[in-house]
Amino acid sequence: MSLPPHLHTPSSPHIHAPTSVARLMLTVVIALTPAAIAHVWYFGWGLPIQTLIALIFALGGEALMLRLRRRPLTPYLLDGSALVTAVLLAFSLPPYAPWWIAALGALFAIVVVKQLYGGLGYNPFNPAMAAYAMLLISFPQEMTTWALPKVIGGPDLDPLQALDLILFGHAPTTMDALSGATPLDLVKTQLAQDITLGETFSEYAHLFGDFSGRGIEWIGNWILLGGLFLLYKRAIAWQIPLAMLGSLFAIALVFYLADPDSYPSPLFHVFSGAALFGAFFIATDPVSAATTPKGRLIYGAGIGILTYVIRTWGGYPDGVAFAVLLMNMAAPTIDHYTRPRVFGHAPKD
Amino acid sequence: MSELRDIARTGLWENNPALVQLLGLCPLLAVSGTVTNALGLGLATTFVMVGANLTVSLIRDQIRDELRIPVYVLVIASLVTAVELLMHAYRHDLYKVLGIFIPLIVTNCAIIARVESFAAKNRPLPAAWDGLMMGLGFTAVLVLLGAMREALGQGTLLSRLDLLLGPAFRDLEIVLAEDYRGFLLAILPPGAFFGLALLVAAKNVIDQRRARRTRETAPQGDVAEAPSSL
Repeated sequence: MSLPPHLHTPSSPHIHAPTSVARLMLTVVIALTPAAIAHVWYFGWGLPIQTLIALIFALGGEALMLRLRRRPLTPYLLDGSALVTAVLLAFSLPPYAPWWIAALGALFAIVVVKQLYGGLGYNPFNPAMAAYAMLLISFPQEMTTWALPKVIGGPDLDPLQALDLILFGHAPTTMDALSGATPLDLVKTQLAQDITLGETFSEYAHLFGDFSGRGIEWIGNWILLGGLFLLYKRAIAWQIPLAMLGSLFAIALVFYLADPDSYPSPLFHVFSGAALFGAFFIATDPVSAATTPKGRLIYGAGIGILTYVIRTWGGYPDGVAFAVLLMNMAAPTIDHYTRPRVFGHAPKD
Repeated sequence: MSELRDIARTGLWENNPALVQLLGLCPLLAVSGTVTNALGLGLATTFVMVGANLTVSLIRDQIRDELRIPVYVLVIASLVTAVELLMHAYRHDLYKVLGIFIPLIVTNCAIIARVESFAAKNRPLPAAWDGLMMGLGFTAVLVLLGAMREALGQGTLLSRLDLLLGPAFRDLEIVLAEDYRGFLLAILPPGAFFGLALLVAAKNVIDQRRARRTRETAPQGDVAEAPSSL
């Protein structure tokens, strides 16, 4: 016996938010927009061009893999996940890196890290960060040639000049004069030569702002704002960024208080490199992160501590990408040991 | 004769030590950076495999069951020591490149697996033939992986072949791309894992295609031969 249609009531929940993968991805892109505008303000047109290159190759690679795997093209191509991967990757690249860097990174992220593992939702590693790590390991020279922010004499190229530089390597003036070490890089190399932080900060005063590198720290502020927007939208869980930044701050504070001449301040660490970006936009990737509330705290804290360890004692100036990948590996185990008690069941003793 | 042919097919393809058994991965992944290194280690491993299989097969009735593993290891270790001394004497440069991985052939589980599962139960001739075929199967994968990583990583093939075969082969190096910037990932350990994974996948695809074709030509549903398991 079936009821007439107007009496048919579906099972609960009766009120639900129309969220979808595409909507979530769009929220992430919106949250990144202010930081992207700041990026263009400080570093010029590199970021949009890199995003476009990465997007073209990400979509191309995704279409190819979906075809090979005999999956429908349109729903997966239009879910926006390739766009987010492209934007995240472009943010991590030097703004004027040659085009094949972004192309190779996008293809690696989509084809190897995402689709070979089964597509969105099955990838154990964050695609953008795995691609970044691959690029950093394979092409150290291209990946560490960062342009200086415009406020301190970085290149001021119009869009066409930027395109010319990225696609064909035609620099209007030699790039070496316009590129420089990032604050993290500088601090590391100076410390390696037994130069104290105080001396470094006074010698290169024009490079540093209030907490970290001039220009760079301001992009950090807009990233923070975008991250707060994501929290407000409930697009990401608060535990991961809080635990990551908190642990990074705490461990940096301990070493800073013990020896401020060899260990930069906690604020410097939080506002340098990819810490804020990683905390809000990378580590919170719902697929590759831990998913239980307690697990997220452990996961985030692990990333913060590993980031500090790699920055301070590792071979690379920044360690967010490697820290995220390492904790991605640990996420299933963390989830296994932090499963919440099932409602209605007695706690195990 | 068909027994020998079966052994050859098993060793080279169906039960390939590197692609199917996935044994001996440590040297396989570590030494496949160039074709020369891969070929050197592959030939050394093949030599040890043939020798170990033959020796164990000859003495298989004298070994007490409880003591068989130590005896196998002693046989393999003696052969590896011989290979190591020979390389030290005649191919010293290659010996320096391969380094620790020559003595480590002792611990290559592909060798002791063949000794335990084949040589200990078979006559000397098939045992030696099995060692040769397994060794060549291992060498083939090693060389293929070496070629992939060398081509992708530094844009050359057969570079420094003189280390292995003598100065006459110095000019055999093929430069695939001039001014190649190099793709460091292929040379580094991750490249070995990616490369091996691709080779295993390629083998599975070929097997699946073949199985489908046999099913189509023989609709009686006779099952494609499953790889003999260890």
